[in-house]
Amino acid sequence: MIRLALPEDRDRFRTLQAGDRVLLSGILYTGRDAAHERLLLTLRGGEPLPVDLRGQTIYYVGPCPAPPGFAVGSAGPTTSGRMDFATPDLLRYGLAGMIGKGKRSPEVVAAIRETGAVYFGATGGAGALLAGRIRECRTVAWPDLGTEAIHRLVVEDFPVIVLVDSRGEDLYRSAAARRTP
Amino acid sequence: MRSIRAELVRDTVATLFVQANLHLDPALLDALERALENETAPTARDILDDLSENARLAARDGLPICQDTGMAVVFVTLGQEVCIEGGALSDAIRDGVADGCRKGYLRASVVRDPFLRQNTGDNTPAVIHYDLVPGDLFRIAVVPKGFGSENMSALRMLKPSDGWAGVRSFVLDTAAAAGANACPPMVVGVGVGGTMEKAALMAKHSLLRSAGVPNPDPDLARREAELLDAINELGVGPGGLGGHVTALACFLETYPTHIAGLPVAVNISCYASRHAEAQL
Ligand code: SF4
Repeated sequence: MIRLALPEDRDRFRTLQAGDRVLLSGILYTGRDAAHERLLLTLRGGEPLPVDLRGQTIYYVGPCPAPPGFAVGSAGPTTSGRMDFATPDLLRYGLAGMIGKGKRSPEVVAAIRETGAVYFGATGGAGALLAGRIRECRTVAWPDLGTEAIHRLVVEDFPVIVLVDSRGEDLYRSAAARRTP
Repeated sequence: MRSIRAELVRDTVATLFVQANLHLDPALLDALERALENETAPTARDILDDLSENARLAARDGLPICQDTGMAVVFVTLGQEVCIEGGALSDAIRDGVADGCRKGYLRASVVRDPFLRQNTGDNTPAVIHYDLVPGDLFRIAVVPKGFGSENMSALRMLKPSDGWAGVRSFVLDTAAAAGANACPPMVVGVGVGGTMEKAALMAKHSLLRSAGVPNPDPDLARREAELLDAINELGVGPGGLGGHVTALACFLETYPTHIAGLPVAVNISCYASRHAEAQL
């Protein structure tokens, strides 16, 4: 099992291979559909983003509200493909990593290869289990978006698997290749 | 005439949504555990373990099984001899959805307008389907429907000559395309016949059934079993990363249809295929 501290260990993203199991500790930023629309508009308008995402990792999640005594409610990954429209721009701007579930477009895989980024998967549907690895959750941009706002998470031993590595190797594609001999 | 207080409907709806979101249907938990016996690949096994563990943690800690606590779908079976007192039935359902969202710390996942997309803040409104029946029965069933899987659903107007083989291959194509987005092992609801909207409604309604409960019609039960086996042969596997268990259940509902048509709707649901019901 590989352990990485975020964002410090982003330089090690290039050494990861599709299929590697990784435990992430440190900072993640949340962002999903509505935040990605605004991020893309802001980037294209040449404005600074409300959060400096260069070298950071985005987790595609819209968490549940935190019950008393919890840092956050259930918080599993959402479908990454819906963020594909904004992802190549974000990667070229400097985003280093992404966490979600499901396949990415060929354009996103190409941008991952071009920028040396990584796409991680967290277990889809395991929101309660993953919430247990989140120590802090604070809204840092666009609170009007509710669950879709950008939140800064502090995670500890957050379990992920490398779905697309910096060479563009795609674990879903190799899984599909294994079952069509 | 039997009368039922609107507040009782509201409180029941709230309880059902919280219960469905916090407690995985025990039949699905069993199916996950049985699925482990069929998987040897370490990744597939780890994901199945994660999902069972997740369901146990959710129940223990009082957290929703999944952060997508869904859009609220409500099926009401209303006897003609029942009268709702103290408010409109649809208002009571709306208030129950909002109460459940607040009390259960569920996520507000609904936008008021599909184009303007402003969150309503309390997961209202619900999508309500009424079925009027003779007598004084009042049953309310809820499906908090997550959209990772909902988005992978599909409807096709097949030709009569496409027959069962056409239905089968449409179901398989839809399940294969759903892949990891539907948090497999998934649950697949299929509606065949009627009109376009009737097929879709049957597919959704079938998700009220518990895994392992076959259609009471033996011919449809056999077809469900055939579909489930064929879906599992797709090899999508837990998490979409390959394996023998792609679906935990497949439900089929049918209705008479037109001489010119064979409508088929496939409503994809996930391992966390949530449903609950109560009779008042
Ligand atoms: S598909 Fe189901 S389990 Fe997966 S995130 Fe959506 S609601 Fe949750």
